Amino acid sequence: MGFVFYVIVALTLAGALAAVLLKNTVHCALALTVAFAGLALQFLELDAQFAGFAQILVYVGAVAILVVFAILLTRGSETPKDGVFSRTWLAGLAIAAAVFAVLGWAVLGSAQALPGPGGARTAPPTVTVLQIGNALMSRYVLPLEIVALLLTAALIGAVMVAMHEKAGTQ
Amino acid sequence: MLGEGILKGLAETARNFVGSYFSAERLTTVQYPEQRIAPIEATRDFPFLVYDGADWEAGLRCVACQICEKECPPKCIYIEKSTGKKPDALGKPQFYPARFDIDISVCMSCQICVEVCPFEAIKMDTEFELSTTDRFGGLLYDRKELAKSNEHYHKIHPTEAAAVDAHLAGEKAKADAKTKAAAAAATAKAAASAAPPAGGGA
Amino acid sequence: MFANLDQIFVLLKQWAVGWLPASWQAAAGVLLCVVAIICVFPGLFAITVLLERKGLGRMQNRYGPNRVGIFGILQPVADGIKSLTKEDLVPLSADAVVHFIAPVFLVVVVFMGYAVLPMGRNMTLVHLDAALLFYFAIGASTELSVFMAGWSSRNKYSLLGAMRAVAQMISYEVPLLMSSVAVVMITGSLSLDKIVAAQNQYTWGLPHWYIFTPWGFAGFAMFAIAATAETNRSPFDLPEGESELVAGYFTEYSGFKFAEFFLGEYVGMLSISGLGTTLFLGGWSSPLAVLGWVPSWFWFFAKIMLSMCVYIWMRGTLPRLRQDQLMNFAWKFVLPLTLLNLFVTALWRFMGDGWERWLVCSAILVLAYVVMGRTGMHRDHLGARRYRYAD
Repeated sequence: MGFVFYVIVALTLAGALAAVLLKNTVHCALALTVAFAGLALQFLELDAQFAGFAQILVYVGAVAILVVFAILLTRGSETPKDGVFSRTWLAGLAIAAAVFAVLGWAVLGSAQALPGPGGARTAPPTVTVLQIGNALMSRYVLPLEIVALLLTAALIGAVMVAMHEKAGTQ
Repeated sequence: MLGEGILKGLAETARNFVGSYFSAERLTTVQYPEQRIAPIEATRDFPFLVYDGADWEAGLRCVACQICEKECPPKCIYIEKSTGKKPDALGKPQFYPARFDIDISVCMSCQICVEVCPFEAIKMDTEFELSTTDRFGGLLYDRKELAKSNEHYHKIHPTEAAAVDAHLAGEKAKADAKTKAAAAAATAKAAASAAPPAGGGA
Repeated sequence: MFANLDQIFVLLKQWAVGWLPASWQAAAGVLLCVVAIICVFPGLFAITVLLERKGLGRMQNRYGPNRVGIFGILQPVADGIKSLTKEDLVPLSADAVVHFIAPVFLVVVVFMGYAVLPMGRNMTLVHLDAALLFYFAIGASTELSVFMAGWSSRNKYSLLGAMRAVAQMISYEVPLLMSSVAVVMITGSLSLDKIVAAQNQYTWGLPHWYIFTPWGFAGFAMFAIAATAETNRSPFDLPEGESELVAGYFTEYSGFKFAEFFLGEYVGMLSISGLGTTLFLGGWSSPLAVLGWVPSWFWFFAKIMLSMCVYIWMRGTLPRLRQDQLMNFAWKFVLPLTLLNLFVTALWRFMGDGWERWLVCSAILVLAYVVMGRTGMHRDHLGARRYRYAD
């Protein structure tokens, strides 16, 4: 837990807090992206390359864009002029704290997170991308296929929705 | 076949690219101002006033009739008529422009002033390098700047100028004939009046 | 001699770092590499801009810039000075902070991609197992910068341009990834070093580049299309379509911030050319075994500059697509073909070393291309145009 760790933690927390507290929704989304990126850096700091890069690819590259698009498509172009912080910042903070408490409780409740009986932590396993690939393709091939099927179904569903809408407008 | 057109297009641009180093046909740019293309005869941009003879002020054909001023669509011509008269090319006493200004920055080169001028006094010039550092007055030309000799007109538009000269010569000949006829009539009349009247005097 | 020339940059770095105490050497080495990347690629950017302006000019039957310096070679310097001395305008209603961050973020992200590109033998800054994944993760972040630029300007053209750009980049990221996955399937590694090493072999003096296989050729074609769209280059430059959107997402940028976007675009092109070179064109390996003595970095840079020339050639040739054509092309043509290419790649992997796999794989791909070109494209108005003239 060196200096780098604390820098990343500060970055992640600042991003997350800004996402909860800020008034402008797009700013919130961008701050959330900072938090995502901080989390990815945290993964990389822990030598989990695949998780880290996947976090950036999926969350920064796709989810953040999705959030931003959702905000732009659902809200008007009104921009709050006065004040930086949201009026309901207390509620946001309370909800965030509640979610954090639940997650923390769940994590601490799991056996692996706690120090072993001798008080010594188990050495973290080093997982390479090759190992992850091998595991996905051999032991976890059935879950992988099921996920793939689900995604394909979702994709086809999306196409069907889009096509239906087009037929309706014509 | 999909993509065929793209390949054709790529071949064409490649031919242009390579050809530009070898054939003048594929590199048509003229490197102005070092290189210039000779202007074609019908080139026109802004009007000028034609004068005959050596003295621009005396030779101006313009008689300040103000038709061009009225016809000018963007209203870029400003004329002040003289108070006195002076004889024109035909020897007839005419007004002349005490002031004749054209705002070149407003002129749209439509040539209507040339079309309407009954005296062949205003023509289109081919001079286009008129940039100036004075934003307001630099392109407001007065009659001295506008006056250019008939020789200049011949140089820039030879065919048109020859036709104009022929027309003017015809006019002059007609006017001369008319004055001669009038003079003859006057002399005849004078001779007739000199003779005793046929009937009773009025 | 030639071996030294090949490793000249590595040796130079070691020599320079050797002056420092041992504990600083690693960090100083990395810093030196970063500085080198930050110097070299903007230099290439300047050369590319000059090539582009002169090349496009020649394609359009005119000289390009030829007044600044001899043959106009100082034109990029003049452009640079101009953009540095221009006033930096921020619209009154713009979101100043985001407006400022967007171009900086773009440039940072674009330069990060170079960290994993092998630019020569032993010339990779960071040796990552998941280098390809890193590259795509970083590449995906550029969308955010584009969005930030478009949104923070508070200009409808900017916003429309950003929306178009983001939609386009998301759409073409899928085929970009999919066509690269084929390479990963054959090499069995996400490490770009290993991908180059796998291609740096020769049979009869000819290289084992992936572009010389049926799946590799198809994959490279798809990759090139997707990369062109990903970098918003003509004919996919709708986000900055000047005829309808002024300049797209960077309409409200001027001076140095505009220059940053410009730099980001070109450095991104160079970077994605480097990735395509690494994946399909053998990276730093020489095109013929007998040319093996030429320094490896020369081949890498020669290949990416050649790719830039193709970019310029494309830009000089093709008209801009319409938005619906762009989307149809991505989802109905490029994506299905890349998926099919994945299947063909698997076939290639498991069919052994015989000549049959050449025949089968080529036949499947050509057939698919012809069928899709003939049927699908005509229906979606992507085929040959039929002109109707007024009577």
